[in-house]
Amino acid sequence: MTESADIGIVFWVLSFVILVSAFMVVSLKNIFHCALFLIMCLFSVAGIFVLLDAEFLAAAQVLIYVGAVAILMIFAIMLTSNLASRKIRQVNENVSVGVFVSVLFALASIILIAQTHIWHYKTDFTPVENSIVILGKYLMIQYVLPFEVVSILLLASLIGAIVLARKERS
Amino acid sequence: MSSMDITFPAFDLRFMAPEIFLFLWALFVFAYDVTSKRKSSTAAGYLAMLGLMIAGAILAYTNYGQGYGSMFLFEPAAKFFKIIFLGSAFMAIGSSFGITKERIINHRGEFFGLILLSTVGMMFLSSSNELLSLYIGLELTTIPLFVLASFFKDNKLSVEAGIKYFIVGAFSSALLVYGMSFLYGLSGTTDLVQMKINIAMTHLTFKEIGVILVLANVLIIAGLGFKLSLPPFHQWAPDVYEGSPTPIAAFLSVGSKAAGLIAFAKIFVNGLYAFNGPEMAPNDWGILVGILACAAMILGNTVAIRQTNIKRMLAYSSIAQVGYIMIGMVTMNDLGIASVGFYIFAYMFANMGAFAIVAIFEERTGSCEIQSYAGLSHTSPVLATTFAVFLLSLAGIPPLAGFFAKFFVFASAIKMAQADATAGWLYWIVGVGLLTAVFSLYYYANIIKVMFFSKEASPYRVHYTFPSFGIVLIGIAGVIIFGLYPEPILKFASDISLSFGFLP
Repeated sequence: MTESADIGIVFWVLSFVILVSAFMVVSLKNIFHCALFLIMCLFSVAGIFVLLDAEFLAAAQVLIYVGAVAILMIFAIMLTSNLASRKIRQVNENVSVGVFVSVLFALASIILIAQTHIWHYKTDFTPVENSIVILGKYLMIQYVLPFEVVSILLLASLIGAIVLARKERS
Repeated sequence: MSSMDITFPAFDLRFMAPEIFLFLWALFVFAYDVTSKRKSSTAAGYLAMLGLMIAGAILAYTNYGQGYGSMFLFEPAAKFFKIIFLGSAFMAIGSSFGITKERIINHRGEFFGLILLSTVGMMFLSSSNELLSLYIGLELTTIPLFVLASFFKDNKLSVEAGIKYFIVGAFSSALLVYGMSFLYGLSGTTDLVQMKINIAMTHLTFKEIGVILVLANVLIIAGLGFKLSLPPFHQWAPDVYEGSPTPIAAFLSVGSKAAGLIAFAKIFVNGLYAFNGPEMAPNDWGILVGILACAAMILGNTVAIRQTNIKRMLAYSSIAQVGYIMIGMVTMNDLGIASVGFYIFAYMFANMGAFAIVAIFEERTGSCEIQSYAGLSHTSPVLATTFAVFLLSLAGIPPLAGFFAKFFVFASAIKMAQADATAGWLYWIVGVGLLTAVFSLYYYANIIKVMFFSKEASPYRVHYTFPSFGIVLIGIAGVIIFGLYPEPILKFASDISLSFGFLP
């Protein structure tokens, strides 16, 4: 690990970018711009993972969220006619209630977490080398049952998606 | 942490034979429907029902044991709930032959196969004692249900129901995982039994970790509250029940609810009960859940009175029923957890039966309005009488099973309150329960009044088709037999408490 002060600066910059771009995602009127800001937000989250020495998570974040999910969204927007140029209001009349509840929940959790002393404990945590190897072993040995159930889950969602998306012959 | 200590937990596939069989059978149902040349409107449904019966038989001959470490434990609680999942899936499929004949032409195999896959998810969930497999089981339960809720693709209400259920389901899963991540962060393990040991070993006081524990509790209660439709997380239920195919609404209200209950019991009774810090009373989450249960009973029973659509009314009634079930959950003794089991068992027969009648009636008339039931006793007396029996059981009228279900729940709470001076708040919950049970009688009896005391005869004469009417008869048999003779189920249900460390 490098100097903690540098890490602190990087962390704050990344957090700022995440917050701003996440806010843009839910407030902009052009859905295409929202998708671009979503990519920026997800990239910055990958940066946070790098800071936490979780390289595999960072790579997976970029591969899955930026590489697959966000790109898929952009494809969907571009393939839907007139969606990219249309102005869309993202909120309805319940926006004030939603903001109130979200702010309340955020404040409550921040206050609660700040009250605990758990953050002052120094742990003797050292990042593991080759975390991918260990993760793979966990997935294929200790957690192989949930891993297999996930494949049933994927099968169910695939079948469901086909059923819902297929055009019916009448 | 070195890579050396990653080992296989003790595993034995024989203990998960029912799940494996049912999964393979679901694949068989999918394959049969795709490959069969002459499309029969009933074959796939009968195949699915046969599969559920065979899975039930395998379940009966499976011994208790460790299937895969703590991720798959076959124990009395799991067995009891698996019977409920199989039973509610069986009754849901049995009552859906009408809609698959008329309204679902193209994807019958997928309709039944997805119900089976959802049941497999519930069965995995009820056997897991570990957060990861519990969560994945819950997802496998709900994701097929999103699709099933919107299965009438040309119907606006059904599509709306599917999308609503999907968004609410995804949101609640996110809350649940967020709460689980706090628990994992506190304890370093996902095993629910190991979790309380690890947290006790840190010797941290409530001031140091308690608030995070509270945050985790609240998030998990919210996440599971959506699945259980416990107020204030209930708003989706009436819309989804109204829009989805009626048998799916029935399956949602019994199977999916039972899955939420067992997940709740696993996390809160098994995992979180004993590891509260010294300054935290053991029932701290109990009071919160008790308040939500009171809200469920009051809101469900009062709003149900004003409904004109029978499916919406049954949705609010099921919200209220969850309130009664949660009384047993917060009682925290062997009787409480056994009464939860008995309640959901009695509720399965009454609610699945009531929904089966709604499905039969809807298939004949295309209407779900309560007013269209007027004068039904003149033209279809058997249907009207059986419906009345189910409604009276839901209201808790003796000697039907619903009466004993409510009685055991209240009795366990009163016994706990008498034994433990700090549990005096249970009296209040029982009081709310008794009072709202009177309200509930009003709207249940209202339908009976509409059916029996209308001057004009109904223009509809309902045909008694097999197997839908067979499901109604199963429901009637369950409601009456287990009302007159509840001992065997009670004895079985009292074994549930063994899985939660209570000695009966």
